[in-house]
Amino acid sequence: MSRVLVGVKRVIDYAVKIRVKPDHSGVVTDGVKHSMNPFCEIAVEEAVKLKEKKFIKEVVAVSCGPTQVTETIRTALAMGCDRGIHVEVSGKDYEAMGPLQISKIFAALAKKEEASLVILGKQAIDDDCNQTGQMTAALLDWPQGTFASEVTIDGEKVKVVREIDGGLETIKISMPAVLTADLRLNTPRYATLPNIMKAKKKKIATMKPADLGVDMVSRVEVLRVDEPPTRLAGVKVETVDDLVAKLKANGTI
Amino acid sequence: MTFALRPTRRLYAHLSTSNFVQCRTIKKEHTLKNGGWERVIPAFRSVCGEDGVSLGEAVREQHGRDESVHRCRPPDVVVWPRSVEEVSALAKICHHHHLHIIPFGTGTGLEGGVGALKGGVCFSLRNMDRVLDLHQEDFDVSVEPGVTRKGLNSYLRDTGLWFPVDPGADASLCGMAATSASGTNAVRYGTMRENVLNLEVVLADGSIIHTAGRGRRPRKTSAGYNLTNLFVGSEGTLGVITKTTLRLYGVPEAMVSAVCTFPSVQAAVDSTVQVLQTGVPIARIEFLDDVMIDACNSFNSLSYPVAPTLFLEFHGTEKSLEEQVTVTEEITQANGGSDFSWARDAETRGRLWKARHDAWYAALALRPGCKAYSTDVCVPLSRLPQIIVETKEDLMLNGLTGPIAGHVGDGNFHCIMVMDPNDQDEVIRVHEFTERLARRALALDGTCTGEHGVGLGKRALLREEMGPLAIEVMQGLKATLDPKNLMNPGKVL
Repeated sequence: MSRVLVGVKRVIDYAVKIRVKPDHSGVVTDGVKHSMNPFCEIAVEEAVKLKEKKFIKEVVAVSCGPTQVTETIRTALAMGCDRGIHVEVSGKDYEAMGPLQISKIFAALAKKEEASLVILGKQAIDDDCNQTGQMTAALLDWPQGTFASEVTIDGEKVKVVREIDGGLETIKISMPAVLTADLRLNTPRYATLPNIMKAKKKKIATMKPADLGVDMVSRVEVLRVDEPPTRLAGVKVETVDDLVAKLKANGTI
Repeated sequence: MTFALRPTRRLYAHLSTSNFVQCRTIKKEHTLKNGGWERVIPAFRSVCGEDGVSLGEAVREQHGRDESVHRCRPPDVVVWPRSVEEVSALAKICHHHHLHIIPFGTGTGLEGGVGALKGGVCFSLRNMDRVLDLHQEDFDVSVEPGVTRKGLNSYLRDTGLWFPVDPGADASLCGMAATSASGTNAVRYGTMRENVLNLEVVLADGSIIHTAGRGRRPRKTSAGYNLTNLFVGSEGTLGVITKTTLRLYGVPEAMVSAVCTFPSVQAAVDSTVQVLQTGVPIARIEFLDDVMIDACNSFNSLSYPVAPTLFLEFHGTEKSLEEQVTVTEEITQANGGSDFSWARDAETRGRLWKARHDAWYAALALRPGCKAYSTDVCVPLSRLPQIIVETKEDLMLNGLTGPIAGHVGDGNFHCIMVMDPNDQDEVIRVHEFTERLARRALALDGTCTGEHGVGLGKRALLREEMGPLAIEVMQGLKATLDPKNLMNPGKVL
């Protein structure tokens, strides 16, 4: 039967107040709480649900990065994935890593593992790129169901309800396919202690991008990172005339 | 909007008998005895930074009220310390200048605990928001006052652990310790009293103490006087809680929710008692009376039978849930319960419990434009049918709107008193009703406040409940820990 690849990204936890490094080269990540990207949690939940409904046989969780990402893979295993793959990327390669490199890795893995579905979160909350799913589908020349808020498997096809600007769009695509999870697709389950303990025994295979024939060179260079400008305090005025005068003075009208 | 600068004394005299009317007038600022605010404010700023001190009207108003019906009593200044050292330094300044100190967490209290009756300095602790020292294998974690219940559980979501005390609001955990909060699943997981292992507290003179010793977190101890539980429930009158070490639990593997209707209050409570006696580790058991169910039906377009109803929730493994539900269903049927429906998946469970979750709003919707005040008595389980029946009679006799929702597993119930704050007569009748209710509970070996605290409005009832000698001991402790009576004056005692 079928196998599903799920991508999970280790990002700074959504509840953390982000601070920019003093040298403006990036944000502070040392000692800061990290967790699984919320949209990846939704992707994992959907894959596990499909397995529970017996549409698919095996769910493989994949993450790219240094050793710490194995924690994120373990969380995915605790949520119900069967095994994990850790693609080791560290140092400069990790800092420069972006959707293009990841999608190449996932495309190679999807072929290697003979996956019928690749399910990713629609975007990561650190870079908000919203590109990896689409690029992966393009590299594989597979159909894509992005911003999925509902997924139904129908034989060899997948019905996907997508969240779009105007409302909802329903499409039917054939497998193998790439799906990206949107917010309302499901509510991810909490990892329970017994499942966390079981997850420790599940296997995580390690490999390098080179093993998959992927070149990690990035064409993008981050020049500078700045905080958004601090919001200025408002000014109270006594009369409408004062208001108009002030608006004229600062060029608003 | 402009505010009257001088308090109108006649208005205040009229309101002194009733705390229920919201009033927008701001009291004149309290003047200091030595040196005035000009010396103190810069001292505060040198501790908390320029941004850490505010005299703004709107800011002070925001910190002078909580979610109760008590009117806003703003402090003279609000400060935002960032560490326990800053809290201590600020306390020392206040101690030297004889300024009152009011700790503020999330302002979600229900008894007017944050009102600055005598002005003073509000210590707003929300910037101290770190989760410290999580020990997964030991099931404990320490948090600062800015960490809320939902915030902590979100932080813990990957660990398989959670903090189950759930008072409804997304309250500060240290604030919950200060008010000895409880919640809908206290019947299985206990209240704050059972789940706080250690506290870091800054006393009125700036001393920093650790109630169980610095960094200590054994699951049990018999070392010395139980200082931790002295401060739990002290409502900011003995010290400022700057860190609490909490007991965590494993996230339940699965949950089942159920609803069941009963022919009488007695039948519902009897079922509760029997479920507990059978040893079913039920997680939540909530009672809604017929008036409340009717309100919920109207509010959510549901069609529950209009009769006393129990909402139940079970936690456990798949197998144990089957057993728990079967045993409970048998008990409810034996007591004349009907329409027992239950659900396993999150969505259906949510729908089943929606009525209970929205109870507060459903009650308010009974009379749009009105405000609601929640009573909070708690009695031994066996006395629950009697007190509920007598209370319902009282409500009907006095033409009051008071749908009932209760944590029957603990013998605790709330009458949600819906009233028009502008109808002075109704306000007074509600006030008198709540006093009768509290005295009824005291007469049945209960307490006037099961989970909300004493705050501003129940001090006289506390004296009746405890008796003069116990109150004297409490006053002695207060005098020892806070001889200048700076900490949150006018509350509890």
